[in-house]
Amino acid sequence: MSHNQIKNMTLNFGPQHPAAHGVLRMVLEMDGEIIDRVDPHIGLLHRGTEKLIEHKTYMQAVPYFDRLDYVAPQNQEHAFVLAAEKLMQIEVPERAQYIRVLYAEIGRILSHILNITSYAMDVGAMTPMLWAFEHREHLMEFCERVCGARMHMNYYRVGGVSRDMPDGLADDIWEWTEKYPQMLDDMETLLTENRIFKQRTVDIGIVTPEQALDWGFTGPNLRASGFAWDLRKSQPYDAYAKMDFDIPVGKYGDCYDRYLLRMYEMRESLKIMRQALKEMPDGLHAADDRRVTPPPREEMKTSMEALIHHFKLFTEGIRVPAGETYTAVEAPKGEFAVYLVSDGSNRPNRCKIRAPGYVHLQAMELMCKGHMLADVGAVIGSIDVVFGEIDR
Amino acid sequence: MVEALKDLGEIIADALGDALVSSKIEFDELCIVVRGAEIARVLTYLRDDVNCQFKQLVDICGADYPEREKRFDVVYNLLSMTHNRRIRVKVETSGATGDDVPSVVPVFSTAGWFEREAWDMYGIFFVGNPDLRRLLTDYGFEGHPLRKDFPLTGFVEMRYDEEQKRVVYEPVQLTQDFRNFDFLSPWEGPAPLPGDEKATDDGEGA
Repeated sequence: MSHNQIKNMTLNFGPQHPAAHGVLRMVLEMDGEIIDRVDPHIGLLHRGTEKLIEHKTYMQAVPYFDRLDYVAPQNQEHAFVLAAEKLMQIEVPERAQYIRVLYAEIGRILSHILNITSYAMDVGAMTPMLWAFEHREHLMEFCERVCGARMHMNYYRVGGVSRDMPDGLADDIWEWTEKYPQMLDDMETLLTENRIFKQRTVDIGIVTPEQALDWGFTGPNLRASGFAWDLRKSQPYDAYAKMDFDIPVGKYGDCYDRYLLRMYEMRESLKIMRQALKEMPDGLHAADDRRVTPPPREEMKTSMEALIHHFKLFTEGIRVPAGETYTAVEAPKGEFAVYLVSDGSNRPNRCKIRAPGYVHLQAMELMCKGHMLADVGAVIGSIDVVFGEIDR
Repeated sequence: MVEALKDLGEIIADALGDALVSSKIEFDELCIVVRGAEIARVLTYLRDDVNCQFKQLVDICGADYPEREKRFDVVYNLLSMTHNRRIRVKVETSGATGDDVPSVVPVFSTAGWFEREAWDMYGIFFVGNPDLRRLLTDYGFEGHPLRKDFPLTGFVEMRYDEEQKRVVYEPVQLTQDFRNFDFLSPWEGPAPLPGDEKATDDGEGA
C-alpha cells in the first residue's frame, strides 16, 4: 500500500462572511475539520481615527468616538470626555453625571441585545433577533429624543452633555424598563436551556483565568473566566459610585458562560437605569465653566462678549492644559480607554484608543485551536467583536 | 490614593535601580520612564512582585514627538486587579537601528498585536516579536501613518479600474488642498505677551 502524505489545508474565512460580524478575514490552517492555526487579518475598516483626531479640536473629536463601536456609541464618548475633564480638572454637575450613566447603560443594553441575538443566529436560532430588535429600536428612539440621532449620538460633552433631557422622556424610559424584563425572560426560554444552543456553546472556546490575564481580557469575557472585576465598581466614574448593582461572574469561561453573563448584565443595567431615573437630581446638564460650556442663548442675544465667547468656543475650541492621562470606562465589550496627551493647545497631541475587542480577537487562536470549523462562528459571536473599534 | 502611589513609586524605584530614568505622579496616575533595553525585566518585576501585582497589560501604544532627539515613546499601561491600581511605563527610543525596544511578548502574550500596531503606525521595531507584520494598514502599504511627518491625506489613493478590471493605486489628487485651520487665538496662552509686564509693575496699571 502506498503511503500518502497528508497536508494541512489553508482556508480563507471572510472578509465578507455573515458570521464574521463585520469585515474580518481569517486564514485558518485546518487539519481535516480541526483547526490548527488561526491568523486574523484585520484593518479592513481602518479609517485612521487616531490620526484624524490629532487634526481636530476636542469637540470635533467626539463624533469619531461614535463610529468606533457603533452599537454602543455613547460609552466611547464617555471615555473621551472623562479623559479631557481629567486634564482640565472640571467638576461635572450631578444631573449630567446621572444622565451620562443612564445613557451609558442604554448603550450597554443596545450592545448586548445585538451581540446575544446575532450570536444566537450564528449558531442557528433566528427568533431572538426578530424579537429583541423591537426593543433595540425603542432604545434608539430614546437616544433620538435626547439628541436627535438614533445611533451616532454625539451627545456627551466635556463638562456634561450637549442638552438636557426633554420632558416626559424619563417617564417613557421608566415604562420601558418595566416591559423589558419580560423580553429577557422570553429570550432566556428560547436560549438558556435550549439543547441545540447548549450543544453549540458549552465547553467551546474555554479561557482559563491565567489565560484571561495573560491575553489581557477585560469586561464580560474576563468575568466569564471567573474574575469579579468591573470598572464601574472598582474605579467608579461619574455617578456609578452611588449605584447599587451586582456583578455577574462566570465559572468556566466558555462560550455559554459569556452568553449567560451578558444576559445577567442586562438585568443589572436595568437596575442602574431605574436608580438613575429615580434619583436624578435637578440642576445643570453641563458644567458652569465658561472654558468648555458656551454661554446661554438669552445672554448671547444681548451681550456682545457672550457672542464672541460662543464663536471662539466653536471655532478655536477648548484648550486643554498640557498633560497626559489614561482614562478607562467599562464599555459593554470591556475596558475601553483613551490615552490622551495634550500639549496645551486646542487639539490633542496624541489620542490612543484602547479597544477591548482588539485584544479579544487576538486570542482567537487560543480559543479556536483544536475545535471544529463550525465552532469559529460560535467563538467570534461569544467574544463580541465590532470592527469599528478594532480597526479604528 | 496619592500617598499609596507615592509609596509604590518609591518601592519600584528601589527595586529597579538604574533601569529607572524618572518617575512622577500626575492626575493620580503613576508614570515611570525606564531604559528601553530593560523593559522586559521591568514588566516581569511589575507583574510578579508582591507589592505590584500588575498582572494585566492593558495597552501598549506609540507616540511621536519629532522635536525630541529620541522622538518616539512606547507607552505600556498596566493594571493590577489585586491592588486596584494602574501604572504607566514609558520607554523612549529614536527608532533608529541599534536603539530598538525588546519585545515583551514572552512576559505578556497580549503584547503581540499591540507591538505589531506600534510597528505599523510608527515604525518602532520590537526585537524578538515572533510575528512583526503590519496589522492595520493595507497589504503592501508603505510608510508609518501616525508619525507626525506623515500627511493626513496620505500619499496614494485607490480605485477600481473598469478597463483593467482591478483595483489600482494612484498618487493622491485633491481638487482642493487639505486646509488646516489654525484657530488658536494669539491673544491668550502660556507665553507672556509684550507689554504684559507693565500690568504687574508695583500695583500700577491693570
